[in-house]
Amino acid sequence: MKFLDEYRDGPKAAEFARQIARVTTRPWAIMEICGGQTHAIVKFGIDELLPKSITLIHGPGCPVCVTPLEFINKAIEIASRPGTIFCSFGDMLRVPGSATDLLSVKAAGADVRMVYSPSDAVKIAVENPSKEVVFFAVGFETTAPATALAVRQAAERHVNNFSMLVTHVLVPPAIEALLSSPECRVQGFLAAGHVCAVMGCAEYGPLAAKYRVPIVVTGFEPLDILQGVLMCVRQLEEGRAVVENQYTRAVRPDGNQYARDLIREVFEVAPRKWRGLGEIPASGLRLRRQYESLDAEKKFGLAGHDTPENPECLSGLVLQGRIKPPECPAFGKICSPEHPLGAPMVSSEGACAAYYRYRNRAPSAAHQPAPPTPSPISPTH
Amino acid sequence: MCLAIPGKIISVAGIDPMERTGKVDFGGILKDVNLACVPEANVGDYVIVHVGFALSKVDEKEANEVFEYLRQMEELAELKEDSP
Repeated sequence: MKFLDEYRDGPKAAEFARQIARVTTRPWAIMEICGGQTHAIVKFGIDELLPKSITLIHGPGCPVCVTPLEFINKAIEIASRPGTIFCSFGDMLRVPGSATDLLSVKAAGADVRMVYSPSDAVKIAVENPSKEVVFFAVGFETTAPATALAVRQAAERHVNNFSMLVTHVLVPPAIEALLSSPECRVQGFLAAGHVCAVMGCAEYGPLAAKYRVPIVVTGFEPLDILQGVLMCVRQLEEGRAVVENQYTRAVRPDGNQYARDLIREVFEVAPRKWRGLGEIPASGLRLRRQYESLDAEKKFGLAGHDTPENPECLSGLVLQGRIKPPECPAFGKICSPEHPLGAPMVSSEGACAAYYRYRNRAPSAAHQPAPPTPSPISPTH
Repeated sequence: MCLAIPGKIISVAGIDPMERTGKVDFGGILKDVNLACVPEANVGDYVIVHVGFALSKVDEKEANEVFEYLRQMEELAELKEDSP
């Protein structure tokens, strides 16, 4: 496919890796902040192409994974109500709540549906006027415009049987939370290209300056990620810390003004609890007052839950980049995609799922070198 | 979650700007995509699509930047090797 295949070229990837090795003189730790990038890195073996002195740390880049347990429980509570159709992206269905998950609730008779886009849930509400239709609105800034559009559609068409459980989160406050932690060992960031396609690059400038970290807005294909790493390493080696844009084919410096206006019209910034990171000020989106009637938490009286996480699941440390998935004692033993303890093992973008799928599945994987992956990046196809 | 892929706009419909939609071709698979936030994108253009929503138009001029950057890095390396 055009604009995909050419960025998976094997020989060019090898050349990028050579250039990275050439400019690297000492160890650097770089965090990617998007689950899509994490999966590409593990799937294509990009980390194994890099010099040993460069560590890629996988950050809290998966919105499904950072959604706290109480929201999963709220979703399950709503989905279990008679007369309800609960709509969600597929990723959320198998995330374990305290007692069960949405897929099990569906198997027990609840009407839980997987939708491709938030607007599909509005359509379902129009077609089923006697049911309460609730959409589980999860996502970063990338997804927020599509969610905001669905809110507008429901409001303009007076679809009174539609509401949303909103857990939208914002990336820059999470980066700041990580950087201000005393345990932070991240020296540079690859920012998520599709988040910036919406929001632009301006929010990252103050972070780069305040914490003296290079931030490179990066795409998702192997050559994009390798170029992002190269740009980041060059800044680190040269002692620079600015925002650069690798993904210029999709990201304009000021993002997408129309999409930002849509978000601003429907949502306001609010504090939000992140799995593994706790509550971060101004890190989430909630519906503005004029759209309050679409807020499922208010509609069903579910505000104010607080649920402790499963202590056997170290996803909090994984999401902060403090351990890699195979270092968790549960990884591959009592936690697998079939029986997940936490969201990162479920989501298609979770770091645990990526390691489980593409790397050693043995529980002792952390202490063994990863097996050689056959030709990680195929030549142009 | 933030998976978004490029596809080519085959047709455009919808009068209300918020409901502007297009048929978008992803390597032979056609999907309806909301184009409200990319009013500059028309038939033949590529857009980056996430959950049925176009986030941005692919800038075809910038699409070669990755390869241009690599070429410049290689030239830089050769210059360094040549210099005493």
